[in-house]
Amino acid sequence: MKSIVKYCLLAGLVMTQPAQAAIDIVITEGVNSARPIAVVPFKWQGTGPKPQELANVVANDLRFSGRFNPSAVFSMPAQPSTDGEVNYEQWATLGIEAMVVGTIKPFKDGRYVVGFELIDVLSANATKANGQVLQNGQLVSSNAHVLDSRETVISAKEFRQYAHRISDVVYEKLTGERGAFRTKIAYVLVNRERLDYKYRLMISDFDGHNEVEILRSREPLMSPSWSPDGTKLAYASFENKRQQIFIQDIYTQKREKVSGFKGINSAPRFSPDGKKLAMVLSKDGNPDLYTLDLATKVVTRITKNRAIDTEPSWSPDGKSLVFTSERGGKPQIYQVNLDSRRIRRVTFDGEMNLGGSISPKNDELVMVNRTRGKYHIAKQDLRTSSLQVLTKTRLDESPSIAPNGSMIIYGTTYRGQQVLGLVSIDGRFKARLPVRDGEIKAPAWSPYIY
Amino acid sequence: MRLNKIVKGIAVAIPMFALAACGSTSTADSDANETNQTNQEQTTDTGVQTGGMVKEMTPQEKQRLALQELRKEHIVYFDFDTSNVSSQFSALLDAHAAYLRANPSVKVLVEGHADERGTPEYNIALGERRAKAVSRYLEGLGVNASQIETVSYGEEKPLDNSRTESGFAKNRRAVLVY
Repeated sequence: MKSIVKYCLLAGLVMTQPAQAAIDIVITEGVNSARPIAVVPFKWQGTGPKPQELANVVANDLRFSGRFNPSAVFSMPAQPSTDGEVNYEQWATLGIEAMVVGTIKPFKDGRYVVGFELIDVLSANATKANGQVLQNGQLVSSNAHVLDSRETVISAKEFRQYAHRISDVVYEKLTGERGAFRTKIAYVLVNRERLDYKYRLMISDFDGHNEVEILRSREPLMSPSWSPDGTKLAYASFENKRQQIFIQDIYTQKREKVSGFKGINSAPRFSPDGKKLAMVLSKDGNPDLYTLDLATKVVTRITKNRAIDTEPSWSPDGKSLVFTSERGGKPQIYQVNLDSRRIRRVTFDGEMNLGGSISPKNDELVMVNRTRGKYHIAKQDLRTSSLQVLTKTRLDESPSIAPNGSMIIYGTTYRGQQVLGLVSIDGRFKARLPVRDGEIKAPAWSPYIY
Repeated sequence: MRLNKIVKGIAVAIPMFALAACGSTSTADSDANETNQTNQEQTTDTGVQTGGMVKEMTPQEKQRLALQELRKEHIVYFDFDTSNVSSQFSALLDAHAAYLRANPSVKVLVEGHADERGTPEYNIALGERRAKAVSRYLEGLGVNASQIETVSYGEEKPLDNSRTESGFAKNRRAVLVY
């Protein structure tokens, strides 16, 4: 039964993904506990074929969050386009909790009017959409079962972006948390058979669409990290035959070398206020953590230890760094308070724990865990210290958390090739983003951009 | 059954092609042999034999030759998650050290690499440790520290992309580059 569900999800995606997509998301594991919803294909009210679909993008977004299980189009009992056309009982019987319906109309200058409604099917069915509320001492009929309703004019190029906007609205209305569907990912694309520029730094939508090249190089590029305002990337580059750290404005293309000491210059991470860069330098002997004040260019040493210290990541309040250290023998995750410089060990389960970062709510640590020789993405509850392994893929590395904490993107290996994986923070939803040629690594999820 | 016939047909056809090929080359060969023979007859006919000096190599030529030899053996491999230089590479490193001592103006770059397990950042640190281990080994054999530079590429430049145990073993390495 589970495999049938998987097959249906897969089939739905294959049919609906546009062919020019840089990355197709393949669902590797479904969610049984996710909330059933329906995103009905929007009704085209013009002549000729429908310009573009929106509903499939919205449905995929909501599925990737792990919180929703959108029903397949072929299993829908009807395709209403407005609240008035919905037979609530019909959908409630199928267990559908909420649904999105909408229309696309032609507008002038090749633009379109897109309208949608988000309907709470269960409450609509309970009140037969004739809910009444007491207002100024009088009972008036209520449209409370329509949770949101909007109409907007968009151009042909804005369909995907507007679909992600609808997803954000639906996600926030139904979960009470902000959606992260209009965010970006930065990553490194490596084409080893290319003779010239093997290494490229790319940015795309979180689902792999709208891929843009930011930099190409003959030598390795590593560790992209977003500035908190989403306008710049810090990364390590070997373009001068040694590792150096650069900051590049993704809009103006202006780039600046900010660290080029002897030895390692790696793992840059912007502080939450954007004023500092945490990084790893080995100029004083072996790899330790340092911070760079971006205004004054003052470099401050944070750790001093004979073992390897690397992979700094800021706590959401900017007052501490979690990092990987071998000081206890094998690599484990530690936390250093930037005022007191006091260091405490955070992870104890597994042979190794590396690449840690703290969730936006400061309640979970996401990292790479090695147990019995296998590298998987895991999370540790920072209050109970309980550890949960989230993935089952091979050679997992570089986890990066969505700004709303709902999903993790990470590097993994599939059929001997480096690809990106997605896993919901509860580990119940998993997907893979394969590339058609080359290896894709070091994903970094952007902050909120809009 | 039909397939069987086709296979049989091919089995017959291939030796025929081979025979035809052999036939043509053997004629060419015999032609060549004949010309060689006439040449030999001409040279042996003169009744004298010449002798010659072996030209002394210049220091530059000696250095180039030594470097050519060194470049054939210039990779040190490491065990998983370690940076100890195994004794099996002592002869290799002795040769490089001798060359560097004899040519103090020559510089060597030691590249440290790691396999793809673990995180890229940790592997950068591990690669540096391996490059430095080789650098210290050479210094221990009398090489001037100023002749040696190190760089770590971590897991970014694998020799073998297979992501198998044998592939990982090839990638855990330090490479001496002149």
